Amino acid sequence: MNSRHFGFLLTGLLAATAVHATDAQHIRASHAWLRVLPGDLPAGAYVTLQNNSDHPIVLRGASSPAYTDVMLHQSSSEGGMSRMAMVDELPVPAHGKAVLAPAGYHLMLMKAANPVKPGDTVELTLEFSDGSTLATDFVARPANAVDDDTH
Amino acid sequence: MKLRRAWLPALLLIAGLLLAGCQRGEPLPLRLTDVSGHMPDLDFKLTDDRGKPVTGADYRGKMVLLYFGYTHCPDVCPLTLAHLHVVMQRLGPLADGARILFVSVDPARDTPAVMHAYVNAFDPHAIGLTGDARAIEALSKRYRSAFTREPAASDGNYEVSHSSAIYLFDGEGHARALMTPSASQDDLVHDLHLLLDTGTKP
Repeated sequence: MNSRHFGFLLTGLLAATAVHATDAQHIRASHAWLRVLPGDLPAGAYVTLQNNSDHPIVLRGASSPAYTDVMLHQSSSEGGMSRMAMVDELPVPAHGKAVLAPAGYHLMLMKAANPVKPGDTVELTLEFSDGSTLATDFVARPANAVDDDTH
Repeated sequence: MKLRRAWLPALLLIAGLLLAGCQRGEPLPLRLTDVSGHMPDLDFKLTDDRGKPVTGADYRGKMVLLYFGYTHCPDVCPLTLAHLHVVMQRLGPLADGARILFVSVDPARDTPAVMHAYVNAFDPHAIGLTGDARAIEALSKRYRSAFTREPAASDGNYEVSHSSAIYLFDGEGHARALMTPSASQDDLVHDLHLLLDTGTKP
């Protein structure tokens, strides 16, 4: 088996969170999913980013034709209060990981162009501060899904 | 034989005292923060997710898990409700004795219809409550909970900070336990078992 075939095999193995790198060659995205909420309520999207390069890479946000607005947010709990704040960037350390997961960093998806149902796949383009992008397929999961995968 | 007879009244007395103790709210070995006697009974005047006016008394006979949040909260509120759904599943048939009351701290956007679709996406034991902003504030203050509306963004969208605690009430409406985010799901299931086994007798 040559390396090209092996690459295809790997792609197959990663089918649940299919990832096709465009510019950002050194970032690998996995566990990409979003939580579907009823009506036109904003949804949270989550992903784990692995940086295989020698330099930090900074996530600035994402965009998608499927949503009018995508914002990078962070939830926090301090003094018994839950808060959500917009963040400008999330660094992915060299040879390290950044995790967007419930109750922490997440992408807030607003105003879906078309209703998204559990089981659907939605492509979001992750945008990094060096101008590179990474198109990533996010699996839509039901509202009451609990994130087991990344913990 | 004689000895056993002599013991019987004492045993009955002890058993009677224990039972009386339970009914008067003797401390249960709760794992969450025990707030028995330290917080007021469940009381409010709100509107449920079917548009019906309801009060705290409408949920007597059920254990209540009270949580404040809002539907435009894409991360922590759904996560909390998803965890409560798992807890209800773990309780099995006992879950019928419990209700999750999800109180909106954003009544301007959270109409009964929005709340109905929202809570039903999580668990059949969940009820959405909304209503007059002052009635919600009164309920929140009653349990020393808090919420604040953050300044609106340029598009008019805004976020709401809210208390992350879950309040547990027994079937008589007495506040029994407080769950903070650091507590484990196992502890919540443990305490719900205790309260559902002993706390819902009329």
